[in-house]
Amino acid sequence: MLKYTLHKLLVAVLVAVTVSFVAFMLLRLSGDLATAIGGESARGEDIERIRTQLGLDRPVLTQYWDWASRAASGDFGRSYYYPEPVWTLLEERLPVTLRLACWGLVISLVIGVPLGVLAALRPNTLIDRVAMTLAVLGQALPTFWLGLLLIILFGLLLRWLPISGADTWMHYILPSFVLGYYSTPAVMRLTRSGMLEVLATDYIRTAYSKGLPHRTVLFKHALRNAVIPVVALASVQFGLMLSGSVVIETVFAMQGIGQLAWESISRQDFPVVQAVLLLVSMFYVWLTFASDLINAWLDPRIRAG
Amino acid sequence: MNSPLSTASTVSTADVEVAVATPGGASRRMLQHKSFVIAGTILAVIVLMALAAPLIAPYDPYDQDLNNRLVAPVFMEGGSWAHPLGTDGLGRDYLSRVIYGARVSLMIGLLTALLSGLIGAVLGITAGYFGGRVDAFICYVLAVRLSMPVVLVALAVVSLIGGSLVVVITVLGLLLWDRYAVVLRSATQQVRALDFVVAAQAVGASTPRIILTEVLPNVMSSLIVVATFEVAHAILLEAALSFLGLGVQPPLPSWGLMIAEGRQHLLFEPWVIVIPGLALSVLVLSVNMLGDGIRDLAAPENRN
Amino acid sequence: MRRVTLSVERGETLCIVGESGCGKSLTALAIMGLLPRRTRRTASRLALDGIDLMAASDAELADLRGSRMAMIFQEPMTSLNPCYTVGNQMEEMLLRHRKASRREARDRAVQLLEKVGMTAAASRLQQYPHQLSGGLRQRVMIAMVMMCNPDLIIADEPTTALDVTIQAQILLLLAELRREFGMGLILITHDLGIVARIADRVAVMYAGQIVEEGTVAAVFRDPLHPYTRGLMNCIPVPGKVARGSRLGSIPGMVPSLIGTLSGCSFRERCDFRRPECEADIALTVATAGHARRCIL
Repeated sequence: MLKYTLHKLLVAVLVAVTVSFVAFMLLRLSGDLATAIGGESARGEDIERIRTQLGLDRPVLTQYWDWASRAASGDFGRSYYYPEPVWTLLEERLPVTLRLACWGLVISLVIGVPLGVLAALRPNTLIDRVAMTLAVLGQALPTFWLGLLLIILFGLLLRWLPISGADTWMHYILPSFVLGYYSTPAVMRLTRSGMLEVLATDYIRTAYSKGLPHRTVLFKHALRNAVIPVVALASVQFGLMLSGSVVIETVFAMQGIGQLAWESISRQDFPVVQAVLLLVSMFYVWLTFASDLINAWLDPRIRAG
Repeated sequence: MNSPLSTASTVSTADVEVAVATPGGASRRMLQHKSFVIAGTILAVIVLMALAAPLIAPYDPYDQDLNNRLVAPVFMEGGSWAHPLGTDGLGRDYLSRVIYGARVSLMIGLLTALLSGLIGAVLGITAGYFGGRVDAFICYVLAVRLSMPVVLVALAVVSLIGGSLVVVITVLGLLLWDRYAVVLRSATQQVRALDFVVAAQAVGASTPRIILTEVLPNVMSSLIVVATFEVAHAILLEAALSFLGLGVQPPLPSWGLMIAEGRQHLLFEPWVIVIPGLALSVLVLSVNMLGDGIRDLAAPENRN
Repeated sequence: MRRVTLSVERGETLCIVGESGCGKSLTALAIMGLLPRRTRRTASRLALDGIDLMAASDAELADLRGSRMAMIFQEPMTSLNPCYTVGNQMEEMLLRHRKASRREARDRAVQLLEKVGMTAAASRLQQYPHQLSGGLRQRVMIAMVMMCNPDLIIADEPTTALDVTIQAQILLLLAELRREFGMGLILITHDLGIVARIADRVAVMYAGQIVEEGTVAAVFRDPLHPYTRGLMNCIPVPGKVARGSRLGSIPGMVPSLIGTLSGCSFRERCDFRRPECEADIALTVATAGHARRCIL
């Protein structure tokens, strides 16, 4: 287990460093950053001033190292737009997004896993087909469109739920549902196929032959094996929700880092953009690492290597 | 040694019969087949519609008519057959914009899938065929790519270079190759272990030849299935990007853009966002169903 | 599958012998009530020590499985759950069927692991199935089915998937355990050698029917059914078979078992076929303890 963990840790660190470099370089894609910041009306000397002020005249690697080492201690510099340092902005907005992503994941698991299990227990019946239809639909509706429709229905017509902001838990219901709904089909399908596969194995037959009740065979023996790939999927989906929250937060006017990212991108507030990119990427990397560990804990065969 | 307790039979059976019912999988097969056919038909209609746009669209999609803004579609009160799907906030005929919008979505979907498919296939097959360090390196590249949030990166890049059809296709094409790489890598690994590949190597065939003639045909079905789903993925992503204002630029009739433009009319003129969203859903649904169908027909053992 | 009639006494070993696909495993599964989803079983009588298994509800059957009747399967590599320790899977038998404490279950598990010849039994409990070889896994299976001291153990080709050297050990183990604990043992196999070694009685099965049944001595000495005779001829016995002569074989192929069947299932390959073979034939007793389903 130790060897496995160390190996995965090494890979995670390597990827993290690479991703941070890519995130850094991404914003230099358009060519000269100083020009981009200066804008169209800036004169030559203004651009030079911006360049020296922001240290953009130094070699790229130096700039990267400078940024990365400061970022590691939480200093992402100052926003070009807001008065606060970038870290403060992130700190304020991150909880909203995290809450959204967590609830979204919970919803996708709470709907997806039981549906998948049910569909596997009664394959090719009405339940199975309804579940599959729901799955197929869930992947076809654009999330922002679904969000808008729900706003019309629940917010404006029925007036049951608030439609913008993130103040109370009720504000999270619609956006979390929309976020989670997109991932539900993948979870459901994976659970269903995993369960079908597991239920056909010899060791499940052994479990029944031992006289264990259905409940025990299903939950203790079958689900435990079937759920292993779902864990990996869940971590991927959580990551997707973090980045997908850009759209949802915009639709529902929630002040999370997704919306911050979008605003900053539109305003070319580069320090913020870099910081958000780095933050989300780091989440991805360490989520993957965590899911590798959980996988190894769930499946003893992986620990052995 | 017989137990002294009892000589009575421990187990006795008489005339036990076991009957196996004919598998009910036949009806399921038909259903799948049906959805494949339905999806194929719908897609064919959409493609034809997009190709014949100049012929069948009643108006020019860019023609504004500020006297006729926000006219309702014909099935709602206040609508007329002059504008069957109504008009948007600038008086442009919605039916025409929806028809032309199909062009945008299809083009983006297909071209992006092509570009990302090329990249992903090359990476995946290379990793799967050569293994070892090559594989490790490509997996590392894959891990880096998977750690990057696609939407955010796409937004950032588009904002720097400026949004347009070409930019969106390029950016998405360069980002969405991961699924291809993963699937083709594992498919290639499986194929590589098969006898005919080993035989080709034994005969001394050159590597590129082996890959083209032995490996590629056998991973082709996986490639096509992934490509189909990635087309849908690209269509939805472009819609999201355009919705956020950082995709295709107005006045291009992108369905995502149309939803964004209709947002201000959410309450009183909901059709402005409902119609393009519906169009998107139908297109993506058909593509996904087609992908399911292809997968089932190509490899029935993958079916649940 | 049709017309399977057999019985086994406590302390006796009955072997069901036949080729692959003749329905031996299905019979075992039918007895245990473990048939796959789309199959049905009907029987004029199916009883375990007087308990009617056909009338029993699912819950009652579940109670019987593991505690009164248990089964060992052919593939030890896949018959144990990879996510739980050996100890966990053994202990849950006792915890389920008897109101035993964790400690009692663990002690019994260790005791049985030792009985089946595993070294370092206590530490084995913490191991996972993938850490054990095929032979060891099968021993674990045997120990596991013994946990509740069942009256009947059905072993479905328990040694087929194992190395030849291990096969003998496992068979010996089964025979010893049966001697010591006195339960009934139904051993399913396609290997007549195994039958000769440890069975008391044998039932020969062909294409879903029991075609001959009796004590091992009687059947081996004087096989009455043409199929049994054919099987015996297939075994080359050193000393009896002339060097250079052809090995015996039975021409033809096993018939398909799908759909409704009637008459003798062996008639297509039988040298003694007669018109009467088209109709269903009953199992008739030839001598005491020896019956066959044939008109001869």
